[in-house]
Amino acid sequence: MAVVAVLVRRPLEQVGNVTLLPSPPLKIFYCGKIHRTEFTVLSCVTVREAINQGMDEELERDEKVFLLGEEVAQYDGAYKVSRGLWKKYGDKRIIDTPISEMGFAGIAVGAAMAGLRPICEFMTFNFSMQAIDQVINSAAKTYYMSGGLQSVPIVFRGPNGASAGVAAQHSQCFAAWYGHCPGLKVVSPWSSEDAKGLIKSAIRDNNPVVVLENELMYGVPFELPSEAQSKDFLIPIGKAKIERPGTHVTIVAHSRPVGHCLEAATVLSKEGIECEVINLRTIRPMDIETIEASVMKTNHLVTVEGGWPQFGVGAEICARIMEGPAFNFLDAPAVRVTGADVPMPYAKILEDNSVPQVKDIIFAIKKTLNI
Amino acid sequence: MKKMLTAAVSRVLSGVTQKPASRVLAASCKYSNNATFEIKKCDLYRLEEGPPVTTVLTREDGLRYYKMMQTVRRMELKADQLYKQKFIRGFCHLCDGQEACCVGLEAGINPTDHVITSYRAHGFSYTRGLAVRSILAELTGRRGGCAKGKGGSMHMYAKNFYGGNGIVGAQGPLGAGVALACKYKGNNEVCLTLYGDGAANQGQISEAYNMAALWHLPCVFICENNRYGMGTSVERAAANTDYYKRGNFIPGLRVDGMDILCVREATKFAADYCRSGKGPILMELLTYRYHGHSMSDPGISYRTREEIQSVRSKSDPIMLLKDKMVNNKLASVEELKEIDVEVRKEIDDAAQFAMTDPEPPLEELGHHIYSSNPPFDIRGANQWIKFQSIS
Repeated sequence: MAVVAVLVRRPLEQVGNVTLLPSPPLKIFYCGKIHRTEFTVLSCVTVREAINQGMDEELERDEKVFLLGEEVAQYDGAYKVSRGLWKKYGDKRIIDTPISEMGFAGIAVGAAMAGLRPICEFMTFNFSMQAIDQVINSAAKTYYMSGGLQSVPIVFRGPNGASAGVAAQHSQCFAAWYGHCPGLKVVSPWSSEDAKGLIKSAIRDNNPVVVLENELMYGVPFELPSEAQSKDFLIPIGKAKIERPGTHVTIVAHSRPVGHCLEAATVLSKEGIECEVINLRTIRPMDIETIEASVMKTNHLVTVEGGWPQFGVGAEICARIMEGPAFNFLDAPAVRVTGADVPMPYAKILEDNSVPQVKDIIFAIKKTLNI
Repeated sequence: MKKMLTAAVSRVLSGVTQKPASRVLAASCKYSNNATFEIKKCDLYRLEEGPPVTTVLTREDGLRYYKMMQTVRRMELKADQLYKQKFIRGFCHLCDGQEACCVGLEAGINPTDHVITSYRAHGFSYTRGLAVRSILAELTGRRGGCAKGKGGSMHMYAKNFYGGNGIVGAQGPLGAGVALACKYKGNNEVCLTLYGDGAANQGQISEAYNMAALWHLPCVFICENNRYGMGTSVERAAANTDYYKRGNFIPGLRVDGMDILCVREATKFAADYCRSGKGPILMELLTYRYHGHSMSDPGISYRTREEIQSVRSKSDPIMLLKDKMVNNKLASVEELKEIDVEVRKEIDDAAQFAMTDPEPPLEELGHHIYSSNPPFDIRGANQWIKFQSIS
């Protein structure tokens, strides 16, 4: 069965008494292929289900793990990511909090200091700004300040970055803000495999880990290879993945833009340009070595991210490439594709042009290849 | 005869280890084993009953409290000295005057209970088990410091002691979180969550009150009210200065924070309340700091020298305990002077260590970024400078 290419908008999903926003039009389904090999059994799982599975498995594995946040329990999660968990684990382990980000983030950090392993959900990372002092000053810095005495095994997770039509205060990307801070680990999953493997690694990590999910990716299904179905499937934090090997240009992205890069790569492949698409997976500690090795092969670099350009993830990648062995292999300056340098506007035409689109990525690639 | 006995006692007591047998011998000669004291009734809020108004102080406990308070006092004064000699840099917030709080609180809980406080933390660092030398060496930024010189004055940690927190009020939710862990584990432990009269106005403290009450967390919120948040008196900072009532739906009590017995009894009462599963409780300790807010604040622009002197002469916590003990034959003036000498020596030795211990090795600059991590490299001031980071 061939890959089904769908250009229609998905219908509105009615879940309970909540209407979920439609995902944007999908050009390519990542599911639908059936592999018939002896050893590989594939299943189609959405990013939402993958995170749910990951949390469920870790809650089952270690009774010190618990989840707290707004609407995570009885509402099944504002975006239904924690669906079914409260029913299974009860009030003690899945805790609905009042609208008190600074308070409940601090409570989560304190619980982690005292030996539990909390997962603290921010309904979106925009609201984490209210609690950012607890994330940085109470969680990230503590192991260092205490000379190695006090660890903080906590996960902060939630949707990050642009959504659809939610306007300026609900669309900010925090990858650069959190990626800036020593003591934190910051991951940004794209696919279901990423989401499951990274949330499990984050929960098992003895350090504060920020998991930047993406609301528009929650409903996207992906194939989960059989290894990813194991309860001990982990993706190492700090390692990027080459999603698509190529020879002419290196494209580095994280989160939803990875999908756009793969689309751009498919289009360009027809013109004979083979892009190597790297899924960063981890913002901090960044796997610059994988990017360097790729650039030393392709001689061209384009970074793609949803966040603002100034002081962003792409800026950091470019700076590090300049400082390392890959600089001498560049045939053209590295190029960044980012969100527009504006607070996110509401009107659709404005919003669409404030985030990197496939055409913008293709344009940037052709520019750097001088085509 | 009395002189010989005193001499024998002091020879014994001047050794590093105490010899209880000799003390008991001495005690049976001239001291009572214990005495009963009346203590001030606490103001109560949403509570039918409060802590008892009488308590028994044993000689042993009294001597221990005296020594601990004197140690905190002298340690803080030594820190003042070291700061002026520029051995200590940056922020240094001293708690001399507030000794009855840290020692009294410790006396009311178990070592398995938990404590978290603000940046005025040296006293608690000591009462929670850190040695004076490791505290002073942390202040002077040496490798023998309790945080290996990485933390400084505001970031000292020990078992069941979560610092030392630099951000005003952040420790409120953190302490409620520790209490949540206690409830979660079902271990019957409580968390003392301290903050000052200034921090009481932080929004996150109210958020912590709400969740602690909602979830019945075994959290004793303690407002150490020393009348001034930096240079701002309580009247200029708070619309409601009855801090023990600020928990709204949380019962509270206001305690004389200069009387160690008051503090001890109130703490036991509050801890028992939490352990019984009734949820959080709020204690306001009325206390006073002799120093300014920190070493950069002389402390006399917003209060008068007369006020400071008045508190010193009428309500000094060490003096109050000493008078209680001497007047009730729990100890003699000479005996307490012996303890003073002992303490001074301990502090001087610790200060000597703090001044001479080497600074942490530069190679360790990058250590302790992550826990349980394989070693990796940290970038220094430029791309060629790298430090190894070991967990």
